[in-house]
Amino acid sequence: MSILIDQNTQVICQGFTGKQGTFHSEQALAYGTKLVGGVTPGRGGSKHLDLPVFDTVQQAVQATGATASMIYVPPFFAADAILEAVDAGIELIVCITEGIPVLQMLRVKAAMKGTNALLVGPNCPGVITPGQCKIGIMPGHIHTPGKIGIVSRSGTLTYEAVHQTTRQGLGQSTCVGIGGDPIHGMTFIDVLSRFQDDPQTEGIVMVGEIGGSDEEQAAEFIKAHVSKPVVGYIAGQTAPPGKRMGHAGAIVTGGTGTAAGKITAMQAAGVHMVSSPSDIGIAMRDCF
Amino acid sequence: MNIHEYQAKQLFRDFAIPVPQGAVATTADQAQQITQQLPGSAWVVKAQIHAGARGKAGGVKVAHSAQEAADFASSMLGSQMVTHQTDAHGLPVNSVWVEEASAIKNEFYLSLLVDRDSERLIFIASAAGGMDIEAVAAETPEKIIHVSVHPAAGLQAYQCRQVGAILGLGKEQQGQLQKIMTGMYELFLAKDCSQIEINPLIETEDGKLVALDAKMNFDDNAVPAHADIAAMRDASQEDTKEAEAKQFDLNYITLDGNIGCMVNGAGLAMATMDMVKLKGGAPANFLDVGGGTNKDKVKAAFKLILSDGTTKAVLVNIFGGIVKCDVIAAGILAAVEEMHLTIPVVVRLEGTNVELGLSMLAQSGLGLHTAEDLNSAAEMVVKLAEGVGGSLPPTALPPSMEVGA
Repeated sequence: MSILIDQNTQVICQGFTGKQGTFHSEQALAYGTKLVGGVTPGRGGSKHLDLPVFDTVQQAVQATGATASMIYVPPFFAADAILEAVDAGIELIVCITEGIPVLQMLRVKAAMKGTNALLVGPNCPGVITPGQCKIGIMPGHIHTPGKIGIVSRSGTLTYEAVHQTTRQGLGQSTCVGIGGDPIHGMTFIDVLSRFQDDPQTEGIVMVGEIGGSDEEQAAEFIKAHVSKPVVGYIAGQTAPPGKRMGHAGAIVTGGTGTAAGKITAMQAAGVHMVSSPSDIGIAMRDCF
Repeated sequence: MNIHEYQAKQLFRDFAIPVPQGAVATTADQAQQITQQLPGSAWVVKAQIHAGARGKAGGVKVAHSAQEAADFASSMLGSQMVTHQTDAHGLPVNSVWVEEASAIKNEFYLSLLVDRDSERLIFIASAAGGMDIEAVAAETPEKIIHVSVHPAAGLQAYQCRQVGAILGLGKEQQGQLQKIMTGMYELFLAKDCSQIEINPLIETEDGKLVALDAKMNFDDNAVPAHADIAAMRDASQEDTKEAEAKQFDLNYITLDGNIGCMVNGAGLAMATMDMVKLKGGAPANFLDVGGGTNKDKVKAAFKLILSDGTTKAVLVNIFGGIVKCDVIAAGILAAVEEMHLTIPVVVRLEGTNVELGLSMLAQSGLGLHTAEDLNSAAEMVVKLAEGVGGSLPPTALPPSMEVGA
């Protein structure tokens, strides 16, 4: 078992023939992802990477039966791409694109209410179930199938957690990068609840950062609903208030969203907090 | 992106939000002339900088004659204004806004921003105007109202009445408030704002609601879609290094320490700063060089870090994923060689081909220090910056480590 994706997940790529879409589709195919086609408006009927190209997501879904999509379109086209995937009945939409205007994401999120689609991202590394399916920009080969579920707002910190849990011989069940934008799809809670229900996942690594209150809400959820050991790390303790630290969502405003507040909340929920990302793997190992 | 008050007030006028009559001046003569074109017998001269709390810093003055207005303008223009919202260097005053003085009966607070939790735009209003809203929120939260707008339905009249009720407005002012809130909402959507703040929104002695101050921020992601807003950018109000970094597609934020940090990924960059601090040092910057790190980017990053001469040591922390560690090491070496660095550099590499990357660094003869993990890297760079580790020999051999499973 795993969460969200496995070896049977059929995936399409939106922005398939672009530079990013092409590169990461090649990487996904090399990893063994069941990529069954892609969408580039105006290129329908042609082939790319030996796979069919469609003009619309609807056509792609009808022809291939794909249930997941990875989006590599430029920021000003990404909201449209997400909603097109929702409309075509795609169940899991992974949006890698960074730089989507916030107001567009507000409309996307409002339009997604009442649908069954799950959105991961935007501005995220994606989702991977090691050895089975990779949807995103993460380096596949650092992952090993195993028992740790990883959920994170940061790309490279996810890779740190992956690398260390691999070296500790724990491996990963599924890794989900939920992204660094203030308005985004799946939250920590959405992912934590699935890890709690997944028999393969025996421990969870949760990596947060300053800004917003997702971590505080996740801490409440963990306290009430998560029985598996959770190791946590929060980045941005030294970030000056009012400055965006790279990620659009990583900003402390009006005294809210501080690292200290998140760390306190997570500790109170029984999360094993580490002060250095170098200690994630060891802390997770020590839970078993 | 921030803009000046005078620019925000122009946008307010375009969206039918009442503001005092006024104009912008870049010389004392212009300020004097503006007073002669404005009604009344008193005028307010306001320094235009991208920071609040100007009043306490002498950046807001009431003039009772044209000459006095010119004198105030003259003393403000060309100065560096330090407020408690700026750093110790302050910001340059290159222009002043001169407006008619208003007879204030009541002061309110009104703002519109994106609420992350509800994923909607929310108005925040309070009868305690002119004050720091965060202090009001902390001390008297019952005096603040939040009204969230559904993106499909848009702003409703009842929501404006809710705000008017908490502000204690009369019927006539209620109508004015609805126009102001509608203007703010439309302006926010039209220009991809991230915040519009009116503090204070005043009721004048003759019963008119007027935006006495105007603060606007814009979503950086959307600015490229708005040429008029992009043209309002004032580089003089921005950190020069942060502006330069943008040209190289680097995410850079100046901090006040002396240990330069160069990292790939925003989360890892924050973590690196945190570790430097935890080990007793002070980071000089936040710097995310992004995923596809290459020689030119590393060089540009080193230049930025070293440009003010206060940096005592540099910590490079890279996780090589799709870009392999040996490729990254080659980029670091090429940059270090060309830059003739004289301060200690600690490199912590992790990921694909890490052993090859580290041995390339160690054997380069460039005196680079390598570290096995972030903990030891941070410890090492703090010692080197203090000069304690000045005699630490550069790493001769890469630390032995297992990679992968």
